[in-house]
Amino acid sequence: MSRWKIFSLRVKAIARKEFIQLRRDRRMLFIAFMAPIIQLTLFGYAATLDVKSVPVVVCDMDKSMQSRAVVNDLTASGYFFIQQDVPSIADVRKSIDDNKAMVGIIMPEGLERNINAGRKAHLQILIDGSNAIYATMVRSYLERIITNRALELSNEQMSKKGLSPPAPLSVQPRVWYNPTLKSRDFMVPGVFALVLMIISTVLTAMAIVKEKERGTIEQLIVTPIKPVELIAGKLLPFAMISVIDIVLVTLVAVFWFKIPLHGSFVLLFLLAALFMLTTLGLGLFISTISKTQQQAMMISMLLIMPIILLSGVMSPIENMPVGVQYFTFLIPLRYFIVIVRSIFMKGAGMSILWPDALALAVFGIVFFLLSAGRFQKRIG
Amino acid sequence: MTEPTVQAVNLRKTFGDFVAVDNITFSVEKGEVFGFLGPNGAGKTTTVKMLCGLLMPSSGSAKIAGFDVAAQPDDVKNSIGYMSQKFSLYSDLSVSENIEFFANIYGVDNTMLKARKKDILGLVGLEGREHTMTSSLSAGWKQRLALGCSIIHEPRILFLDEPTAGVDPDSRRMFWDLIYSLAQKGMTMFVTTHYMDEAENCKRLGFIYNGKIIASGTPLEIKRTKMRGTIIEIDTDSPSEALRLIKPVETMKEVSFFGRLIHAVTDTPAGETEQPIKAIHGVLDRNGIKVNRISTIPPSLEDIFISLIEQEDSHEKA
Repeated sequence: MSRWKIFSLRVKAIARKEFIQLRRDRRMLFIAFMAPIIQLTLFGYAATLDVKSVPVVVCDMDKSMQSRAVVNDLTASGYFFIQQDVPSIADVRKSIDDNKAMVGIIMPEGLERNINAGRKAHLQILIDGSNAIYATMVRSYLERIITNRALELSNEQMSKKGLSPPAPLSVQPRVWYNPTLKSRDFMVPGVFALVLMIISTVLTAMAIVKEKERGTIEQLIVTPIKPVELIAGKLLPFAMISVIDIVLVTLVAVFWFKIPLHGSFVLLFLLAALFMLTTLGLGLFISTISKTQQQAMMISMLLIMPIILLSGVMSPIENMPVGVQYFTFLIPLRYFIVIVRSIFMKGAGMSILWPDALALAVFGIVFFLLSAGRFQKRIG
Repeated sequence: MTEPTVQAVNLRKTFGDFVAVDNITFSVEKGEVFGFLGPNGAGKTTTVKMLCGLLMPSSGSAKIAGFDVAAQPDDVKNSIGYMSQKFSLYSDLSVSENIEFFANIYGVDNTMLKARKKDILGLVGLEGREHTMTSSLSAGWKQRLALGCSIIHEPRILFLDEPTAGVDPDSRRMFWDLIYSLAQKGMTMFVTTHYMDEAENCKRLGFIYNGKIIASGTPLEIKRTKMRGTIIEIDTDSPSEALRLIKPVETMKEVSFFGRLIHAVTDTPAGETEQPIKAIHGVLDRNGIKVNRISTIPPSLEDIFISLIEQEDSHEKA
């Protein structure tokens, strides 16, 4: 029999065996097909940074038309709702301390009197800053609403005096690619990349370590099978599952979360497959340093956490210290995140994405070969 | 005479300073059932691993079916079957799926597969249970299936590492019948075991201790040449008291328990044991210990190996 015929016979035998075992292992089946969908759905809902329904506690000591107008503006915006009306400043503090409200508004007595008399009027806003990112966004929303109110008030007063209001500098911002600034449109493609990475890495590592744990690898290494045949046969099924997952996860993103896919699905698919080369390699690498499935699971998590944090999926890489920024170039996920977001949101093509795709290809191939070499040495 | 199936010459393996296998030389003929014996840690597994092409020898050479283990590991792997002590088939595959899997791995393609599978199922007695999940077979049947999977490619030699450990006596006997029938067809059987009754079943034996082969030959040859002195077996009601009394008796070399019996080895040749038997009887009678039975017995392999190990250990110390 020719070399090639034996090669394909063995690879097919291993791959078929993996599929049979997978079919009989409910836990692995779940990880392979249900976990990606559940993860994407959960993250899609949870990983949102939009300001929506912020609870506000109001301490209105003026009880006037003007003070009610401020509260009305807040609730009419849709971003805030009045959780509580309280009589004293101490109660405002308590509500924020107890996490009942995130924002406190204190309007002192004499607010309306001062406005009507043309004097400076004060109101105080307290914001819970425990989540700094969210607090900053809430603050800017609040400021915008209250500045508009102030502008309206001064216009009113000027027209009372018979003056025409001055023409203010008019700013007309346009946000491209995500006009409504929905954070979900931005987060879901990122989570898409994470889900694919976690599933393919963990599945691959587990499937190989299972053979070590049960001692079945011993029977394999006395056969004339070549390490490359074993690796190919082992990875083929998981590459195929990853491909199915790419489609599943895209379907959930587009049809459930209504994330617009502006670019080409084929390009997304091909580059995702390229990315899988790095994650299958990572799985292979993990399998060479773990003896049991439990160890493989732990090591996977230990490696995946920093990869996610450094990939720029959660926070912009530009905000990291410079030294760390250089380090992120070593993380393939970094390039894939850019690719996924650009294809989904900007409809970018290869003419724009080629540097990231090239980096991914180089990393994928190098990392895969290193892991395969290490694996080969281990069992040879 | 044809070339031996296994030929090891000055085979040696060291791990750092530790010498696991120390210049061993032996051979196994085609169609022979060869028993490879030795206590745990003696170098049994290391030797088998070198012969299977899994470990590189530090020096020396070994040829399996004419192929050099260091230079032609792939040819070696194609010529051998290996059955490990620990069950290492896939328990979540059926009987049939396991056989097909290993057949493909050994390059048996689908045109030959059907006939080979039928032969194997018949040989190990699992016809009609092709679709049984392997995990639900008993230990004895699992071992038979493992044997079937390891000979699917009709190897010249089969290595069996403690094949019957943890298997009930009936299944053990059936398993040995299988070993003989394969040997009769010309397949060489290389069996490691520490069941001495199984060792008696082997055509030839090699006994390894501290990395060296300290005895080899047919069981009969080993018994004739390696046993110095004669064994007297004593059955009494208080063996520990008796052991203490027998030890100082003249001409006694070693006195040890053998189950609840006592085996006393004397210097005297087999035909001249009247004197020592009388002496033992005398000392026990004087101390009021009832002797149920006392007689010389032919040495068992276990007796011989115990005495060989003791000789070896006393050499070490000296």
